[in-house]
Amino acid sequence: MLGFIARRFGLLIPTFFGVTLLTFALIRMIPGDPVEVMMGERRVDPELHAAAMERLGLNKPLYLQYIDYVGALLQGDLGESLRSRTSVWKEFTSLFPATLELALAALLFATTLGVLAGVIAALRRGSLLDHGVMGLSLTGYSMPIFWWGLILIMVFSVWLGWTPVSGRIDLLYDIPPVTGFMLIDTLLSGEEGAFTDALMHLILPAIVLGTIPLAVIARMTRSAMLEVMREDYVRTARAKGLSPARVVFVHGLRNALIPVLTVLGLQVGTLLAGAVLTETIFSWPGIGKWLIEAIGARDYAVVQNGILLVACLVILVNFTVDVLYGLANPRIRHQH
Amino acid sequence: MDITQSFPAAEPVVHYPSPTREFAASFMRNKGAVGGLLFMLLLVCCAAFAPWLAPHDPLEQFRDHLLTPPMWQEAGSARFPLGTDELGRDMLSRLIFGAQLSLLIGLASVVFSLIPGILLGLIAGFSPTRAGPFIMRLMDIMLALPSLLLAVAIVAILGPGLINTIFAIAIVSLPSYVRLTRASVMTELNRDYVTASRLAGAGTLRLMFVCVLPNCMAPLIVQATLSFSSAILDAAALGFLGLGVRPPTPEWGTMLASARDYIQSAWWVVALPGLAILLSVLAINLLGDGLRDALDPKLKNAA
Repeated sequence: MLGFIARRFGLLIPTFFGVTLLTFALIRMIPGDPVEVMMGERRVDPELHAAAMERLGLNKPLYLQYIDYVGALLQGDLGESLRSRTSVWKEFTSLFPATLELALAALLFATTLGVLAGVIAALRRGSLLDHGVMGLSLTGYSMPIFWWGLILIMVFSVWLGWTPVSGRIDLLYDIPPVTGFMLIDTLLSGEEGAFTDALMHLILPAIVLGTIPLAVIARMTRSAMLEVMREDYVRTARAKGLSPARVVFVHGLRNALIPVLTVLGLQVGTLLAGAVLTETIFSWPGIGKWLIEAIGARDYAVVQNGILLVACLVILVNFTVDVLYGLANPRIRHQH
Repeated sequence: MDITQSFPAAEPVVHYPSPTREFAASFMRNKGAVGGLLFMLLLVCCAAFAPWLAPHDPLEQFRDHLLTPPMWQEAGSARFPLGTDELGRDMLSRLIFGAQLSLLIGLASVVFSLIPGILLGLIAGFSPTRAGPFIMRLMDIMLALPSLLLAVAIVAILGPGLINTIFAIAIVSLPSYVRLTRASVMTELNRDYVTASRLAGAGTLRLMFVCVLPNCMAPLIVQATLSFSSAILDAAALGFLGLGVRPPTPEWGTMLASARDYIQSAWWVVALPGLAILLSVLAINLLGDGLRDALDPKLKNAA
C-alpha cells in the first residue's frame, strides 16, 4: 500500500513542475513591457526601468529566471501582492477557509439531494418522475451559474426578502476568526442570532455552486443504481426476504456509491472554477473573488501564484481520491 | 410438369438499413434530441438573418425609452417586444445579434481545438514511447487547472476581446480531444485491418488519416458537440467577469455583467440574456446526448 502511495506521489512531481512552467510562462506572455505593465505607467524613467528589471530579475536569460522562480517557490516564497504588500501565501491562507466553507456546503447540498434524486429516478425508471429528474439534471448541467445566482438573488433576496444579498455575515456582528469557518466561529462567539445570520448568507451561494455537481451526481447515481440493481446479490437479497428499503440502501446504494465518489473527486475542479463566479456574484470573500480582483488590478504576483496554488490544490485532491480509490479497490492498487 | 413446385421458395432477403439511415432513425426517436436540433436551427437562423430579423440596431440607444419593460407588461410598448436596457437599447435585437457571437465563438473554438487536438492525439497514439508520453504529460498539466480558471488566466494576460476569448477557450478544451483521439487510436491500432494495411504497404500518414482516423470519429463528434456547449458557457462567463467580448458588443454574458445593478428594478435585463444562454446550452447538450446514443448504441443503456 505504501508503495502504491509512493508511486502515485512520484507522478505528482513532474506535474507540479509542469504547472510552475505554465504559470511562469503565463506571466511572460503579457504583451508589452513588463515593468511598464507592473508599474501601471508608460515611459518609465530609463534608470528606474533598469533598476526594476534588475530587481525583478527580468534581465537574466529565461532559464535562469525560471530557476530563480522555482527556487523561491521551494523555499516557500510566493512573492507579495503588489496592492497590499502582504505575502501571497498569507492572503491565500486567510481567504481559503471562506472558499472551503462554501465548497463544502455546496457539496453537502449536491450530494444529499443528488443521491436521493438519482435513487428515486432509478427505482421509478421510465416514470414521469424519472423523466422529470433527468430533465432537471440536464438543465442544471447546462446552467450558466452566474446567471442562476443573479436570478436566485432577485427572487429570494429582492422579491421575497428571505436571504441577504451578499457577504458572509451582517456588519452588525463582530466575529473573531478562530477557525475561519463562519458557521463555527459564530457558534463559538456566542452572539445571539449570529449563527442564523451566517447560515442565511451561506444558503444561496451554496445552492448556486452546488447546482452543476448536483446534476452530475444525480445522473451518475441513477445510472450506477440501475446497474447495481440488476446484480445477482440484489436478487438474492430480495429472495431471502429483506425489506425493500434494506435492499435499496444497504445492498444497492452502498455499491452504487463507489463510482459516485470518484465523480465527486473530479468535481473539485468544477467547484473551484464555479467559486470564481459564485464569489463574484455574492461578494463572498474567498480565493475566487481574490483572483478576479487581482486580475482586474493587474496584480500579477497574486495572479501567477494564486493560480499555482489552486492548481496544486486540485492536484492534491485528485491524488487523495486516487489513494482512497486504491484503498477501496485492490485491483487498482496492484496495477502498474 | 410444373417445375416451380420442385424448388423451395426463395429465402426472404433481410434488408439491413444503411448505417446512415439507422443513425437517422435512432436519432429521430429521441424527442429531446430533435427538440434540441430544432432550437439550434432556430438559433442559426437568428444568427444568419440577424440584420433582417432584429427590429432595431442592437447598438442604437433610445434615450427616451430607458429600461422599458417587455410589451406584455403595463408600461411596455410593442415597439420594444422584450423591453430595453439601461441605455435604451432594444433587448430583442441585442439577443438576436448575441446569437451570432455565441455561435461564432462556439464554432471557432471547437474548430481551433479539434484540429490540433486530433493531430496531437494521432501523434501520441502512433508514437507511444517517444512523443506520446510527453504530449500526455502536457495535457495532464493543463487538466490540473480548472478550465474556466485557465481561460480567465489566459485572457487576463492577453487582454479581453473576441479573438483572445476564442483562443483561451480553444486551449482549455484541447486536452479532452487529445486524450479521446489517442485512446481511440490505441484501440484501433490493434485491429486486423490496420495490420493488413501495413502489410499492403500503407505509410504512416496514410494509416493515420485514411485508415484509423475515420474509425475514431464517433466519440470525437460527440465531444465536439459537448465542448461547443461548454464553449458558449465559458465565453458567457468570461463576458460576465468583464474579460470577454468588450461592451457595447451584444454578447449574452457581457450583457449580464452590468445587469446586477438592475436586479431591483428591471427583471428582464437580468433574466433574458441568461435564459438565452441556458436554452442554447441545453439544446446543444440534448443534441449531443442524442448523437451519442445514435452513434454508439452500446452507450445508450449505460447512461
